Amino acid sequence: MLLVVLEHDRGALAEAAREALTFGRSLAEKMDEDLEAALIGADDDALVTEAGDYGAEVVHTCVHEVLSDYGPDAYGAAVAQMVTDLEPSAVLACGSDRGNEVMAQVAARLDAPFVANCVDVTPGIPWTMTRVQWGGSLLEDSSLDADVALLTCGLHAVAAQPGDSVDADTETFDADLDESHRVTVVKDRTVLQTGVTLPTAPVVCGGGRGVGSAEGFAQLEELAELLGGRVGCSRAVTNLGWRPHSDQVGQTGTRIAPEIYIASGISGAIQHWVGAMASKHILAINTDREANMVVKADWAVIADLHEVIPAITAEIRSRKG
Amino acid sequence: MKILCCVKRVPAPGAKINVTADGSDVDAAHLGFTTSPHEECGVEGAVQLREEHGGEVTVLTVGPSEAAEQLRYAASVGADHGVLIPSDGAWDPQRTAAVIHEAIDVLESEAEEPFDLILFGNESADSGGFQVGIRVAHSLGRPIVNGIKGIEVSGDGSGTGTVTARRAIDGGFEVYELPRPCVLGVKEGLNLPRYPTMKGRLRSKKLEVRSLDIDAAQGGQGRIRLHRPPEQVSETVILGDGPDAAAAVVDVLEELGVL
Repeated sequence: MLLVVLEHDRGALAEAAREALTFGRSLAEKMDEDLEAALIGADDDALVTEAGDYGAEVVHTCVHEVLSDYGPDAYGAAVAQMVTDLEPSAVLACGSDRGNEVMAQVAARLDAPFVANCVDVTPGIPWTMTRVQWGGSLLEDSSLDADVALLTCGLHAVAAQPGDSVDADTETFDADLDESHRVTVVKDRTVLQTGVTLPTAPVVCGGGRGVGSAEGFAQLEELAELLGGRVGCSRAVTNLGWRPHSDQVGQTGTRIAPEIYIASGISGAIQHWVGAMASKHILAINTDREANMVVKADWAVIADLHEVIPAITAEIRSRKG
Repeated sequence: MKILCCVKRVPAPGAKINVTADGSDVDAAHLGFTTSPHEECGVEGAVQLREEHGGEVTVLTVGPSEAAEQLRYAASVGADHGVLIPSDGAWDPQRTAAVIHEAIDVLESEAEEPFDLILFGNESADSGGFQVGIRVAHSLGRPIVNGIKGIEVSGDGSGTGTVTARRAIDGGFEVYELPRPCVLGVKEGLNLPRYPTMKGRLRSKKLEVRSLDIDAAQGGQGRIRLHRPPEQVSETVILGDGPDAAAAVVDVLEELGVL
């Protein structure tokens, strides 16, 4: 059996969980084994039904006082106990921040190897897989010799896609947890931004060094707002202090996957590209025809962004009336 | 406050990384090396805590003898001690974690007290295993949270007390409160690392890099080969060379249904 760990936040299923189920469904077929899912800290029927829509035959739910909010220790302990009890052949989560953290916690507890951010997995003795290195600019073929294969699939390695819908059974799992597992449970959270955020935005307006200054981003802000999107930036821009690090798109920032990424004044260095490459479409605005971002874009405007962006904003306003 | 910061020497981000002909490793011939970006912020964070609360900062790395450069760089921005565990290259995460755990045991038993705080990078820029810090914390029996972009300590940061850590999430941040001693996996954005001063550079030349010969058994993950992903080739459609292109741009946006 392949066990997919379902990521959720306070009962809301994460897109990462749908990606893991999609990746897991084809892996379970290769393994010729059942696809089942682990739901830690929630047991809502809606989540079980959705896991079934993605092909999970059984959803193992685990609810406990110390699992009331996310905590890497408690979640890691619950999944590790589930693995010991259910003896799956493999356990898969999505390589999001939480997914990689929980699987590393599981691996540490089971003293077992864990391979993060796979893009292709072949079961066998040993297992072999292709995984992401350098945030995606290099790939590594790895072998894995273990009783249970602990894996994550790279974030956005597959697009979430429901499969043949199954009426999933719910099995409750009693984890042996106590107050000591509360040590790293979220104590508080602060929401700085509601609505569309950088990782979920349908449009991202990115700016690089070519924007010229912190003030220069006002034009990008205006365009992003008009399109219901968010502003992103390159690492150079956060290092210059023009934008907060939370706006950074790239290997050490956020992985975006918008319908369109409008990249202005960004050369497209590899560490930026790996954060942007899951974008469905890219439009580059740059004065340099040979810039990496221009070469990799679907469309480009070869001009000064400070002339083009106000013109785009004006055009949208006039069409919208 | 005693802080240990674990760092890794990696090729400078932004460079095009080539692979050796047999795919066994990256081709280092034309690469500049640096400290992995998350960990550079870890060193800065550790130095800031020491400046505020007193104590000392030790920086530890597993790597080739050249990784002493990264320890000296850390000293040039304020770290007090540097420890190098020589490694011949592709150690898997379980082996690396076991070795670091043993090194911490050695350092803490000599000092007869634990590090109040141990910092790792959230993941290394190169191999990106996302697990060494968590394995070390678990084997030490200390709590760890990853993805940290803000750190505060109770009291003077020494002995019993807490560490309050902020973790960036989509649209905000989560707060964790860990009892000391504890471990954090930090991310770039924790701070903007300072540049070394001339005085710092001079001091770093005098750093005595301590070498600890420790090894452990290889774990269950092995490298077969490295390779480059297929280059994404796009037939870029040039929509124009000035503000006149705006209409064509908005046509594209309309076509995609994002207006």
